[in-house]
Amino acid sequence: MTDLSPIWLTLQLAGLTTLLLLIVGLPLAWWLSRGRSVFKTIIEALITMPLVLPPSVLGFYLLIAFSPQHGVGKWLSQTFNIQFVFSFQGLVLASFIYSMPFMVGPVKSALQQLPSSLAQASYTLGKTKWQTLFNVLLPNIKPSILTAAVLTFAHTLGEFGVVLMIGGNIPGVTRVASIAVYDSVERMDYASANTYSFILFAITFVMVISVFMFNKYQAKSPLE
Amino acid sequence: MIRIDIEKTLKTYGGKTALKITRMTAAGSVTKIYGPSGSGKTTFLKCIAGLANPDSGTIVVNDEAWFDSALHINLPPQQRRVGFVFQDYALFPNMTARQHLEYATKDEAWINRLLQMGKLETLSTHKPDHLSGGQQQRLAILRALAIKPKLLLMDEPFSALDAEMKTALIDDLKALFIELQTTVLIVSHNRHELDEFTGEEMLIS
Repeated sequence: MTDLSPIWLTLQLAGLTTLLLLIVGLPLAWWLSRGRSVFKTIIEALITMPLVLPPSVLGFYLLIAFSPQHGVGKWLSQTFNIQFVFSFQGLVLASFIYSMPFMVGPVKSALQQLPSSLAQASYTLGKTKWQTLFNVLLPNIKPSILTAAVLTFAHTLGEFGVVLMIGGNIPGVTRVASIAVYDSVERMDYASANTYSFILFAITFVMVISVFMFNKYQAKSPLE
Repeated sequence: MIRIDIEKTLKTYGGKTALKITRMTAAGSVTKIYGPSGSGKTTFLKCIAGLANPDSGTIVVNDEAWFDSALHINLPPQQRRVGFVFQDYALFPNMTARQHLEYATKDEAWINRLLQMGKLETLSTHKPDHLSGGQQQRLAILRALAIKPKLLLMDEPFSALDAEMKTALIDDLKALFIELQTTVLIVSHNRHELDEFTGEEMLIS
């Protein structure tokens, strides 16, 4: 009988990462969509880096940065007793950074495509920028938010290099499905590897199909 | 009384051109603004509303400085509370006609009166996608009026209305402007479109 705890752990990680990125990524995308500056360009470049950087490089830097023996990791460990290396919260942090471009990119692009007069009309009615964001702008880019959330979730499901570097392979703690597949193959347990792979494939396929169908109903391109 | 003395450089396809406007407008009056496309009519309205910034000058409304480049005063649009009818209507696709007005005001009686005036009572649950061009334009006007503005800026507000609807709406608007003591600036590229309004004329070229 295949141990399904890696699947459950992966779903928890993907769900939590998506939730955190919805909370942080939507306002961040909105901020990036409004005007240009050198500072914003640098921030956007940093957010985009995980798309082009080898996951092991990102994982390595996170491992060094949050190691309990050094700098930030040492301070967090001594002050708050929080440890990001070889722990579930470390996986969440790594996934948060690694999947951020999948949340911020589509939402920022959709916000930029809205006519500027929508926000301006809201301002003339006395509404603040936050009221305008939540009542006017975000409700009008729902398909893009859904696409971004699904891409974030699906991308987190498939993480391997970065989570292996910072989390290792601790059963029930950091052993997510993608690592369990690799681990099963290493042990020549192809049946378990197939079970994990098939479940991951089925989940992501259903999610992507759902987005395509929802966005078709909304008369929008799923990749918009 | 509204006193405007502003300068702004406009970027055009042919290069740059300067928009210079000095104007005094009496409270409660209607000013009809004409001018060719690209002359800066919309930018002028947006400068008054706080949606665009003049390069220099002053905008004083009822003795309150809304913009003064020398004193670094620039009230945000939220504090100016200007009614603004956008040329592209700028309706919110996620809201029904009634929700547009409810977003602007909580006064239900006022909302019902506006819907009746704009002949949109039976369409109050419709979103902009399900309204005709003329109905959308009327809704844009009603939304601007919903906050009972002391200053109303209208950018090509009647371009999508048929003659009969336009005449009926203008009659209602004229009565409403007097009731609310609203000062109105209306932009049109068609000089005769605003003949039914009596007021000063202003040419931006």
